[in-house]
Amino acid sequence: MFGRSPRPVTCGFGLTLGNGAVFPELNFTLPTMALDEANWTAVVAQYEEIGSMIERAAPRLKLPGLVAEFELLPPMTEHPSWGAQITGILHQHLKKLYEEHGIPCALRVTPTDIRDVTKPPALRSGKPLDQLLQSFRECGSSGAHILSIESVGGKEVHDEALLYGDIDGIIFALGVLAPRDVTFLWERIVEICSKAHVVPGGDSACGFANTAMQLAGQGMLPEVLAAVIRAASAVRSLAAFECGAVGPSKDCAYEGPVIKAITGVPIAMEGKSASCAHFSPVGNVAAAMCDLWSNESVQNVRLLSGSAPEAYLELLAYDCRLFNAALQSGSGSEYQRLLVDSDARLSPQAFVLTPAATTRIASAIVGHKNHYGMTLAAAKEAVALLEEARASEELTMNVREIEWLARISESLEALPSDEGRIISLMQERYGHLFSHESYGL
Amino acid sequence: MKELQDLALYLEQGQAQKVIALTEQLLAASISPQRILNDGLIAGMAAVGEKMRNGDMYLPEVLQSAGAMQASLKILKPHLAREGAQSRGRVLMGTVKGDMHDIGKNLVGIMLQGAGFEIVDLGVNIPPEKFVEAIKTHQPSIVALSAMLTTTMLNMKSTIDSVHLAGLSSNVKIIIGGAPVNQGYADQIGADGYARDAVLAVDKVKQLLGISA
Repeated sequence: MFGRSPRPVTCGFGLTLGNGAVFPELNFTLPTMALDEANWTAVVAQYEEIGSMIERAAPRLKLPGLVAEFELLPPMTEHPSWGAQITGILHQHLKKLYEEHGIPCALRVTPTDIRDVTKPPALRSGKPLDQLLQSFRECGSSGAHILSIESVGGKEVHDEALLYGDIDGIIFALGVLAPRDVTFLWERIVEICSKAHVVPGGDSACGFANTAMQLAGQGMLPEVLAAVIRAASAVRSLAAFECGAVGPSKDCAYEGPVIKAITGVPIAMEGKSASCAHFSPVGNVAAAMCDLWSNESVQNVRLLSGSAPEAYLELLAYDCRLFNAALQSGSGSEYQRLLVDSDARLSPQAFVLTPAATTRIASAIVGHKNHYGMTLAAAKEAVALLEEARASEELTMNVREIEWLARISESLEALPSDEGRIISLMQERYGHLFSHESYGL
Repeated sequence: MKELQDLALYLEQGQAQKVIALTEQLLAASISPQRILNDGLIAGMAAVGEKMRNGDMYLPEVLQSAGAMQASLKILKPHLAREGAQSRGRVLMGTVKGDMHDIGKNLVGIMLQGAGFEIVDLGVNIPPEKFVEAIKTHQPSIVALSAMLTTTMLNMKSTIDSVHLAGLSSNVKIIIGGAPVNQGYADQIGADGYARDAVLAVDKVKQLLGISA
């Protein structure tokens, strides 16, 4: 259920997530402007303006609480002190909001994974890794309450396999490479969080499943492929929780409901109110199990009403009032059903995000011991769900989608159950794209 | 000629083995390699582009066709060179400084290659001076710049400015693409063209070079 998690998280200034209410998570970014040393004062002024706006708008909207997310841009991670400075500024604004208006709030900070600057990416050593970890440390000590990341390990293979619709490569990237990297990274992030007394939030398969979703949205890939990738991507994000992440998961991690079903942690989700950042076919269903409801990202530009971040904060505030009114009146299940039913029949990607589907995918995952087996099981379960939905006419698919579903199913069935075998097979096909050292292979 | 129509059809269907076999057969029958390229391969890829534009073909299928074209080109290239055939034009491309995104750029490269253009892909995070250096080295007809971030799209302007400063702007046409940019931005920064997607990028390049088909 939205707003309720078996393992609530308390963070920031008196905010408890997953304990009976959904809160907005406001995300924002710079307008079109240079991000360099010469322009740094102007950059800082943008975040000052956003921080002041939050202080002013949150009481106006009578928010019961909120999370603000600061996603660093690449240069802010390359220069860890830059990200830390903005973190400190936003922290001060939230502190004032809490002290002067009593609104519980927290600051999530998400450094950019900059380790893919080289090809193949060097994920376990080198300057970008050092800068990334230093960025976590400095943001942690400058006022972040929650730390998260959208990590990129395995993406170098996934991107290529995705364009070619190569299921073998996709499952290899998601089930073998990515979980190894997530584990490597999150062991370190959790340690940093522990020292800084910061909540280790979660990771996101954004670079994998959201890339697929966007390409499917442009008609370049079948929707069924994006739906299967969504399910399979949950395992690499789950690896962060195996290392000690406790939630809230990242907003762009649409695989969140599967994570919530397995771990019980609160999750952030985004959908219809994130259309400022990107379009999706899952605008309502994505909200069915959320604990934080996010706008993903909006540029700090002027609209007729005011600044775009303020407009989206208002949008999120009203969305959350509805969630919370439904919970308080005992109509939560009914509201959830409407969120689900309004999307699920229209898109395979929406169908695999329903509470019933995500619970089945989660069950398939926990029946396996290693990440590769879990990923394969999640993908197969997604295919089974879509095949059943088509047969029962719960979901309408065109001929080309049906053909692709059969092709995906066939490819998944042909994959070896042994991880060693898939590694050896994929080494031949994709060995030029990834470095063994990056994955401890 | 029916065989050339068949070649175009096999290419559209992504049947690499059949494309290879028919290319060899046509060469053996003394059909001009330029004709095989224009009326078989480029015609086939034009049909692929049209299907993609209409949403009748997914990317993996397009890439299968592109792969078949590459296999055929490998056979044709020495013959084309001997015949002194000219390429339709050379396109230098890259994602601008500070930006690591490359999926969109790669798609544009694949579609342009399919349309018979020669591609020099510099990769991602390319500073203006590297574009300038590469223009001098490769002498392209078109330079294609990609950016995905609102903070890096400004580097398209600095790249174009550098090309002007180096006195190279009369030699090349510059096109831009990527999520945060549009025709208005292209006009503002002095680019010669903008394309929303890979298929339209092919149209734009042809238009800028005065190629009708």
